[in-house]
Amino acid sequence: MSAEAPEIAVQGLTMAYGENVIQRGLEFNISKGEIFVIMGDSGSGKSTLLKHLIGLNRPAKGTIAYSGLDFWNSDAKAQLQTTHRFGVLYQSGALWSSMTLAENIALPLQTFAEFSESEVADIVSFKLSLVGLAGFEDYYPSEISGGMKKRAGLARAMALDPEILFFDEPSAGLDPISSRRLDDLILELRDGLGTTVVIVTHELASIFAIGDRGIFVDADAKTQTALGPIAEMRSAPPTEKVAEFLSRGEAETNEGTKP
Amino acid sequence: MNVEETDILDVAVPARATPTFKQDFVDRLSKSETAHVRFSLGEAVVWDGATLALIKSLANTARDHSVSSDFERLPPQVQRVLALTRDAAKDLDEDTGEEGSGGRSDFFTRVGEKTVGFLGASQTTSSFLREVGGSLRRFFTGRAQYQKSDLIQFMRDTGPQAIPLVGLVNLLLGVILAFMGAIQLQQFGAQIFVADLVAIGLTREIAPMMTAIILAGRTGAAYAAQLGTMQVNEEIDAFKTFGFSPTDFLVLPRMLALAVMTPLLVLYADAIGMFGGFLVGVLLLDISGTEYLNETRSAIDMTDLMIGIFKASIFGMLVAIAGCMKGMQSGRNASAVGLAATSAVVTGIVSIIIATAFFAVLTNVLGL
Repeated sequence: MSAEAPEIAVQGLTMAYGENVIQRGLEFNISKGEIFVIMGDSGSGKSTLLKHLIGLNRPAKGTIAYSGLDFWNSDAKAQLQTTHRFGVLYQSGALWSSMTLAENIALPLQTFAEFSESEVADIVSFKLSLVGLAGFEDYYPSEISGGMKKRAGLARAMALDPEILFFDEPSAGLDPISSRRLDDLILELRDGLGTTVVIVTHELASIFAIGDRGIFVDADAKTQTALGPIAEMRSAPPTEKVAEFLSRGEAETNEGTKP
Repeated sequence: MNVEETDILDVAVPARATPTFKQDFVDRLSKSETAHVRFSLGEAVVWDGATLALIKSLANTARDHSVSSDFERLPPQVQRVLALTRDAAKDLDEDTGEEGSGGRSDFFTRVGEKTVGFLGASQTTSSFLREVGGSLRRFFTGRAQYQKSDLIQFMRDTGPQAIPLVGLVNLLLGVILAFMGAIQLQQFGAQIFVADLVAIGLTREIAPMMTAIILAGRTGAAYAAQLGTMQVNEEIDAFKTFGFSPTDFLVLPRMLALAVMTPLLVLYADAIGMFGGFLVGVLLLDISGTEYLNETRSAIDMTDLMIGIFKASIFGMLVAIAGCMKGMQSGRNASAVGLAATSAVVTGIVSIIIATAFFAVLTNVLGL
């Protein structure tokens, strides 16, 4: 693992469900400490791409490497070590419904790290307070609201101090204020801990506020049509669709910031 | 309907189409040398969604006859809504244009698709079984990751809580077996052998099978629904991304719970079923209690009991595997979870029956 190898390197990735090809020829790098945004129109396979990046789906073709380690050509042990560097926030939070919030966060800590019971309890409370859920340790996922589930999911994703955080549409279903807070939290995590962040979103306010670089996957072209810094993509969009996607956001952000 | 016999056809659309309206329109289109249709609303027509649908359908018909049409004489609002559908229709045309050729499938295609589907299904089944095997190996070497509290919870759910139902069903089965036997055996004055019939029939065959079927409906379906819902919630994905094996964590404790609790339930079922037979024998067949008990004791030996217990354990595993497999493979919506539960019960019961037949042949060959 050389020092200059990018955090995530995707080469010639083709994603398919059976014979149905979703995207082909995806090629991009994500470097350490970057906030990388996956954009695309609906049905373009953004979430599928995320599932490939977190090792859930196997590429039909191509490689995905983490710090130079080719994930799908490594043994199970190396794969496990790699996935332990990830934290994933699923769209619905995906908390384990038979466990309390505290148990949800404690489980990976107890299983994969050597902590005493009181340490685990401390870490759990700390992570929960980090996302503004202090005091909710003994609640079950069904007893809290959707936005809270999402935040609890983030607390769990951060349990093992991941180096890479993946977000699947973090602001979907959140009110503008919570969504803004989540953005701030993501920025702080990146600045404070140097966490690499990969986000699937079409919330343009979010994209412009926190995104460093991004990729645009096109449902019709079935491949990436834009890659690079968000600002560049915005000033010189490579295709009409990208321009359309990002310009509607401009209108939205103007409205959003005016009052 | 105002139709003029010129190149331009003016159509005043009513709010609702009369039965002959569309046919008339088609006739006009094909008869005259019409090149263009101009739509307008009929007088005092209050338009709604159905009117718009009618106009759209007429315009499509016109297009199919290679006749152009315009909406310029319609009220502006109507035009605006129709403009929306025009774009959508354009997109749709493009879509169907792409896939139109391969749409209809003939007999051979369907047979091929079914075969591929079947092969795919057996492949997923075998890969699931492989994972379960790996999980069991890890369990016996003490490396499996699961929560002991889960295991205890599942044992409580499948065992003690099923006692009333299993008891009732098997008591009645004992009674039914005794009656069935008594009718025949009484003809020879051999009603004492009812005790043998009930004891052997229950312990070797009926109690394990019926108990397993009850558990398939009670527990197998519950497992499938639980795991299916977790699939919908992405909870299983979350296990995977943390590096937990969902098979270890979710399937293993459920399977162990059933493998342990089913034999215990069957022991209880044996006892209560024989009690049912005893009631019939003593109360209705004039066999004395001691006689019945002695006959029962001499009828069965350890082998019969153990065969029943062994089968029960296998059946328990089958029910758990069917339930967990259907749950883990469930689709990600509400109806898929329902389907998973249904198919878990069906698969569970069918595999119990098949296994029963298999054991019947096996014990016969082995002379047990």
